[in-house]
Amino acid sequence: MAPPPSEDTATLAAESRFATEWTVKKRLAASLTWLRENLFYSWPSTAITLALCYVVARIGLALVDWAFANAVWLVPSGAGGADTSACRAPEAGACWAIVAEKYRFILFGTYPYEQHWRPALCILIFAALYAATTWRRMWGRTLALTWVVGAIAIGLLMWGGIGGLPLIPTERWGGLAITLILATFGLVSAFPLAILVALGRRSRLPAIRVLCVVYVEFIRGVPLISLLFMASVVLPLFLPDGMTLDKLLRAQIAITLFAAAYLAEVVRGGLQAIPKGQYEAADALGLSYWQKMGLIILPQALRIVIAPLVNTFIAIVKDTSLVLVIGLFDLLGAGKMSAMEPAWQGFAIEAFLFCGLIYFVICFTMSRFSQRLEVDLRASGNR
Amino acid sequence: MFRRAISAVATVVFTFLWTAPPTRAGATMDAVLARGELVCGINTGFIGFSYPNERGEWKGLDVDLCRGLAAALFGDPNKVRFVPLTPSTRFTAVTSGEVDVLFRNSTETMLRDVTLGLRAITPYFYDGHSFMVAASSGINKAVELDGATICLLQGTTNEQITADFFRRHNLSFTPVVFERSEQARDALKAGRCDSFGSDAGNLAAVRLSMEDPSAWKILDERLSKEPYGPFVRRGDDEWYDVVRWYVNALFQAEESGITAANVEEIAATTNDADLRRLLGVTPELGKALKLDPKWVVNAIKAVGNYGEIFERNLGRDSPLGLSRGLNEQWTKGGLIYALPMR
Repeated sequence: MAPPPSEDTATLAAESRFATEWTVKKRLAASLTWLRENLFYSWPSTAITLALCYVVARIGLALVDWAFANAVWLVPSGAGGADTSACRAPEAGACWAIVAEKYRFILFGTYPYEQHWRPALCILIFAALYAATTWRRMWGRTLALTWVVGAIAIGLLMWGGIGGLPLIPTERWGGLAITLILATFGLVSAFPLAILVALGRRSRLPAIRVLCVVYVEFIRGVPLISLLFMASVVLPLFLPDGMTLDKLLRAQIAITLFAAAYLAEVVRGGLQAIPKGQYEAADALGLSYWQKMGLIILPQALRIVIAPLVNTFIAIVKDTSLVLVIGLFDLLGAGKMSAMEPAWQGFAIEAFLFCGLIYFVICFTMSRFSQRLEVDLRASGNR
Repeated sequence: MFRRAISAVATVVFTFLWTAPPTRAGATMDAVLARGELVCGINTGFIGFSYPNERGEWKGLDVDLCRGLAAALFGDPNKVRFVPLTPSTRFTAVTSGEVDVLFRNSTETMLRDVTLGLRAITPYFYDGHSFMVAASSGINKAVELDGATICLLQGTTNEQITADFFRRHNLSFTPVVFERSEQARDALKAGRCDSFGSDAGNLAAVRLSMEDPSAWKILDERLSKEPYGPFVRRGDDEWYDVVRWYVNALFQAEESGITAANVEEIAATTNDADLRRLLGVTPELGKALKLDPKWVVNAIKAVGNYGEIFERNLGRDSPLGLSRGLNEQWTKGGLIYALPMR
C-alpha cells in the first residue's frame, strides 16, 4: 500500500524530469558542436567524413551480408557425406555449416566419437578449475588440492583404461582438449620452475647462477618450433631401442621449458623492483632464505609483475598451436583439418574464424581477470 | 686439442643421429603381433590420402592401405593405430620405431632409400606435375599451352619443371607466381592465368574448392616423377617382405578381377592355381610370410583391391575425380604391375 503521491513529490518528479530533459538537450548540443568542430569543419572535411562513412557502411554491410544474411548455416548430410553445393552457390556467403558439421571434430579431434563426452567433461573441469582460481577466497592449500584432484580427474578421463572406460592413446586426443592440456599444465608446471630459475639467477652461488643463465639464454635463443622439433625428432633417436616417449608428453615438456624461461625473466624483473631495504629488513628479522623470499620478497615482486606475467601466459596459450608441426592436432590444427575433407574443400576460413573466437574468449578472459586482480590486490595491499 | 674434442663429440652425436639402431630380422613383425595392433604413420592432412571425417575417423588412400595391412595381419582392419606425421618427423618416426610402417604420400628417391636407415617399397601412387585448365578451353595436352599465362607456387619444384618443359619444346609462357594455393586458385578463377601448374594431387584438391569443379580439367600428362611408396625401417627383411607383398597382392587382386564383393566366392569356387595360391586355398604364400593363409582374402574383404581403393578415395567414386593415368594397371597402359605371386 503505497501512500498517494503528495503535491511535493509530484513537483519533484516534474522538476527532475525537466532536469533530465535539460541535460539531454545540453549533451546533444555539445555533441553537435563537437561534430561540427571535428568532422564538418570545412567543405573538404565534410567531404572526407561523408566518403569515409560511405566506405565504412559499404564494408560493414558487405560483412553482414557475408556473415549473416547470405550465410549458409546448415547443409543436408547424406550417407555419402555432407552435400555442400548450397555453400558453393555463387551468391552464398559464409559457410557456417562447416562449424555446425565439424564442431565436435574441432573441439575433440580424432578422439573416438562415442567417447566425446570425456574430453567435453575435461573441458568443463578446466573451466571449473579456472573459475576456482579466480575466486580469491579459495587461494591457499584448498586451491592446490583442487588442482591436484582436477588434474588427476582429467588424466583418468582422457586416458581411461579403468572403471570400464576404454583406453584412448594420446595420438587420438585433439582439438580444444589438447590446447587446454598443453597450455594449462605447461603454465602450471612452468610457473614454479620459473620462480626457482629467477631466484637462481640472482643466487650468490656461481654454479647455480651460471646454470640458470645458460638455461634461460639457451631457451630464449631458439624458437619454440625448434624446441618442439628437438623433442619430437631428435630425442627419440637417443632413447634406447624400442622405447618411445609419448609425443604429447614430449611436446608438453618442450612447452613447459619454453614458458619457464620467459616467465623466469618476468619474475626476475619483479625481484629487481623490490627495494634493497626489504631484503635487509627480512635479514634483520633473522628470516631464513626461503622464509625471506616466500614471506617478504615474492609476494611483493609477483604483485608488481602481474601484467607482464599474464602477457606471457596469453602468448604461451597461443604458442601451443605450433604443436601442429609435430603432428598433434590442437584447436587450430583441428580447425585446419576440418576443411581437409573433399566435400569441405575451400571453407577453411569459417573454421578458422570459429577457432579464433575460442582463442579470443580464452585470452580476453585471462586479460580481464588480470586487470581485476591488479585492482583487487592494490586495494587490499600496500604501495 | 679443444677443436679435436669438439669434432670427436660431433662425430659421436652424428653417428647416433644418422645410424638406425640395429634390428633383428622379424623383430618388427614379432613386436606388431605381440602388441596386437599395427602402428601406421600417415599424413597430418592431405586430401584423398589421409584426412579425418566429421566423426574424427581417418579416411583416404593411405589410411585404407594401413587398414588393409592390419586386416592381412590380424584379420581385422580396425587393429591399427594411426600416427599423423609432418614432413620433417615422418622418417625419424620410422627409424626410431615409433611407427611400424609409413604410408604417407612420400616420394621414393635413391638417397632416401639408401641413406636414411629406411627401405622404400613398391610405389602405390604415381603423382607428378600437371596443369589444370578450364574445361571449356579445349586444351588437352601441355604443349597446347604455348603462350599461356600459368599460375605457379613460389619455391616449388613445379616452377622449375614448367620452365624446363617449355624450354625443351621451344614454347613460351608467362609465369604468375603465388605463395599459396588459394591465391593461385582465385587468380585462375578470375582469368588472370590460363592454367595452374602443380602436382596432380594438389590440383585435384584445388579443383574441388571451385564453385563448379566440373568446369575445370586436370591434364592427364605428368611432367615429373613423384612415386609414393611405403617405407619401413632398414634391416628387418621379414617385415619388409610382408609390406612389399601385401601391396603387390592388392595390385594382383585388381588384375585378377578380385573385389571386396566377390573375394569369398572366388576363393570358394576357383580352380585356377594362381588364384588358389593368392587366396590361400593352398597355403604356401601365407606360410612364406608367416601369415594366416587367408591374409589376402582378409585384406581385400576389408578395403578392396587396389583399383577399388583408388576409385573410392581419389578416382571416380570420390569428389576428387582423378583419372587413373599412370596408376592404371599395366594391361591398360599404366604402371601398376604386380609381380607374379607364386
